[in-house]
Amino acid sequence: MTAALDVSRRTFLVTSAAAAGGLALGFNLPFNGGEALAQTSPEINAWVVVRPDETVVVRVGRVEMGQGTLTGLAQLVAEELECDWDKVTTEYPTPGQNVARSRVWGNFQTAGSRGIRDSHDYMRKGGAAARQMLIQAAADGWGVPASECSVAKGVVTHGPTGRTTTYGKVADAASKLEPPKDVQLKDPKDWTIAGKPVKRLDTAEKLNGSQIYSIDVQRPGMLNAAIKACPVFGGKLKSFDAAQVEGMPGVRKVVSVGDNAVAVVADTWWRAKTALDALPIEWDEGPNARLSSESIAEMLKEGLTAEQTFVGNQAGDVKAAIAGAAKTVEAVYGFPYQHHATMEPMNATALWTNDRCEVWTATQNAEAALATAASAAGLPVGQCEVYRLNLGGGFGRRATSHDFVRQAVLIAKQMPGTPIKMIWSREEDMLHGYYHPVTQAKLVGALDADGNLTGLHMRISGQSILATINPQGLQNGRDPATFQGLNPSGTEGVLGYTIPNLLIDHAMRNPPVPPGFWRGVNNNQNALYLECFMDELAHAAGKDPLEFRRRLLVNHPKHLAVLNAVAEKAGWGTPAPQGVHRGLAQHMGYGSYVAACAEVSVDESGKLKIHRIVAATDCGHAVNPQQIEAQIEGSFAYGLTALLHGEITLKDGKVEQENFDTYPIMRMDEMPAVESIVMPSGDFWGGVGEPTIFVAAPAVLNAIYAATGKRIRSGPLANADLRRA
Amino acid sequence: MASLTINGTVHEVDAEPDTPLLWVIREQVGLTGTKYGCGIAQCGACTVHIDGVATRSCSLPLSAVTPEQKIVTIEGLSPDTSHPLQKAWLELDVPQCGYCQSGQIMAAAALLQANPNPSDEDIAAEMTNICRCGTYNRIKAAIKLAAAQSRG
Repeated sequence: MTAALDVSRRTFLVTSAAAAGGLALGFNLPFNGGEALAQTSPEINAWVVVRPDETVVVRVGRVEMGQGTLTGLAQLVAEELECDWDKVTTEYPTPGQNVARSRVWGNFQTAGSRGIRDSHDYMRKGGAAARQMLIQAAADGWGVPASECSVAKGVVTHGPTGRTTTYGKVADAASKLEPPKDVQLKDPKDWTIAGKPVKRLDTAEKLNGSQIYSIDVQRPGMLNAAIKACPVFGGKLKSFDAAQVEGMPGVRKVVSVGDNAVAVVADTWWRAKTALDALPIEWDEGPNARLSSESIAEMLKEGLTAEQTFVGNQAGDVKAAIAGAAKTVEAVYGFPYQHHATMEPMNATALWTNDRCEVWTATQNAEAALATAASAAGLPVGQCEVYRLNLGGGFGRRATSHDFVRQAVLIAKQMPGTPIKMIWSREEDMLHGYYHPVTQAKLVGALDADGNLTGLHMRISGQSILATINPQGLQNGRDPATFQGLNPSGTEGVLGYTIPNLLIDHAMRNPPVPPGFWRGVNNNQNALYLECFMDELAHAAGKDPLEFRRRLLVNHPKHLAVLNAVAEKAGWGTPAPQGVHRGLAQHMGYGSYVAACAEVSVDESGKLKIHRIVAATDCGHAVNPQQIEAQIEGSFAYGLTALLHGEITLKDGKVEQENFDTYPIMRMDEMPAVESIVMPSGDFWGGVGEPTIFVAAPAVLNAIYAATGKRIRSGPLANADLRRA
Repeated sequence: MASLTINGTVHEVDAEPDTPLLWVIREQVGLTGTKYGCGIAQCGACTVHIDGVATRSCSLPLSAVTPEQKIVTIEGLSPDTSHPLQKAWLELDVPQCGYCQSGQIMAAAALLQANPNPSDEDIAAEMTNICRCGTYNRIKAAIKLAAAQSRG
């Protein structure tokens, strides 16, 4: 029968009235029948709690989904705090607490490779302030000036007398001190914990099944729900015949969810799903019932030559340059819809009563999840709460929309007082994604008689994410995110090439398919289009692709440096192994500079083997180099999955790929060796979770051209014939 | 009622005979380390051992398992996370999100049981579980590390 699980390790911070006095109560939230263990520990400040046993709890607003942010941010706090790294642990404040404390923990959104680059400053200051307070408390206890005291690994020493004490002993006194008004941060060159390849803090529980993901949550008296929404985008629920399934084992209730979905609630999820599969449902498929990949492609194709566009980057007179060119090169590229396909399908557990709504879920933005929960619950935000679990993958899906939270709350609202865990089947997850948007691009390049690039027109046609997800982010109708990595200036993603006559513009065409932020977002196709076309231009100019790029990158030394680094390490210009061919790409996004050199071979039957990727990243500061390497490898797995296999197609208004049999994911046998060059140049903070994905596909495509003479301009490669031209 | 031997303990479970073993393990027995990923034996997140053989439990009905068969889940691989693979995984910081890792470790354990000294090719051929975070190279390295350490 039911076995009790030892899951008491997962701690949550829960506020109570007592917290208003500056004291936080941290206690374990009971899961699966575990008992709540009350532990009162003083809070030095919002970021740091030191327990009497010397455990240092670092509170993190951002969330962990595999990218290592939790460990990286803890390293930065511990560095300034001067505590014992071996005693550091982390916990998540809730969004309700963040709201109640004037967003003291900052932005919870964990997307755009912002986990560290947008949090390092306030978190390091939090660590430094706590250090000063702890030293002051020790000094006060001894009646000596703080200036005579020093600290190492959480042990405070009074220099003149040699007396020592520990953070755990003075934490209570420190928590009562006024926080310092100003703190001095360490010079990164003096770092001893940050900047080092320390092990992650969250590995052990991932090796024995003890980490509780959102899908594993258990609440007392909980029931389970399976759900189906209209498979056609924009369609509605017309009717369902609950009587047909109400007598099935375990079934408790069949409910409509909003205007487009129906759910079965049962004692177990499998019984709920079994009944849902047997439930007769009629859909009103609505206006998109004839939508297909072909109709969407036509819509985008029209945009390639449209007159009305939004401009992203412009210099000189590109029309004149093309008209007066010694040689022009023209090509049309495309990038199909992709699915996030997180390993953990969307799910949430909700408990609704007349005056309170609580949600347990995996989210990249718990504040948005809280707002969604409150709206669905029909309750003020102050009467709602969201508890965060580590994510079984995010990749942007769990930042784009909290549709799954809304559904869980709408179900729970129909069963007041009963916690409802709603889990999407893989099929439901595939059909109701927020897909990497679809675009095409037409590029025209102008070369002079010496093979110099004198003009470039890059016309992007296709879907804007912001137009659907966040229309307030548009600028007079223009979606600035469309031009990621192509911008003339700024710190986020600048075009590295200096081209005298340039036009990069966007014809926005928005098919009725929900778009989302998918790891790398618009950098993926922008880098693919531009870097493959640069390769085409180099060959048309009769120049080496590396030399061709180098001349155009002279004004952007950081772009150039990562490209040079991969070329040197990969041995560009020296013979590759027999049958192996190389391709290059570089790009800048999320504040970081990246480049890759891919080595591939293609056999006579057209079978591709990606042997090796050499990848360089300059992310300014490298907080944990071994985790950056893990992110680089992961970026290639994700980006190359899209290139090799990834394509969501539509027929009759719905997605055709319902599971991993028709939406294949790269497996180990396709994974190349990845050699990472982490080369932080030190004067800025760039992201690492996404950037190297940008160069994955173009580097491989350029290597395929070198191997076969074939230009593949749209993925996935599963559709392409790679036999030598 | 059906009887299952999981991690050395006999469990009486109340589930329909066509219920996939995965959901019996997760919902009736309450061991949630074994994960749901696809339900069609594609991703391997649900991998458990049945009499030592790596099996995708999402596609195996309860009725196909006898009480005598020994089912081992990730929770039962070792009493204290001390299996050579678990130690190697820790040493090389393999997991990212971790969701697929129970299945990866169980698949790797069965691989090493059958082939204590696998080549890179053996590993790539046998390890067909999906990892969306892309930990494949570290998984491969950890399997080789565990194999080397087991050889002493």
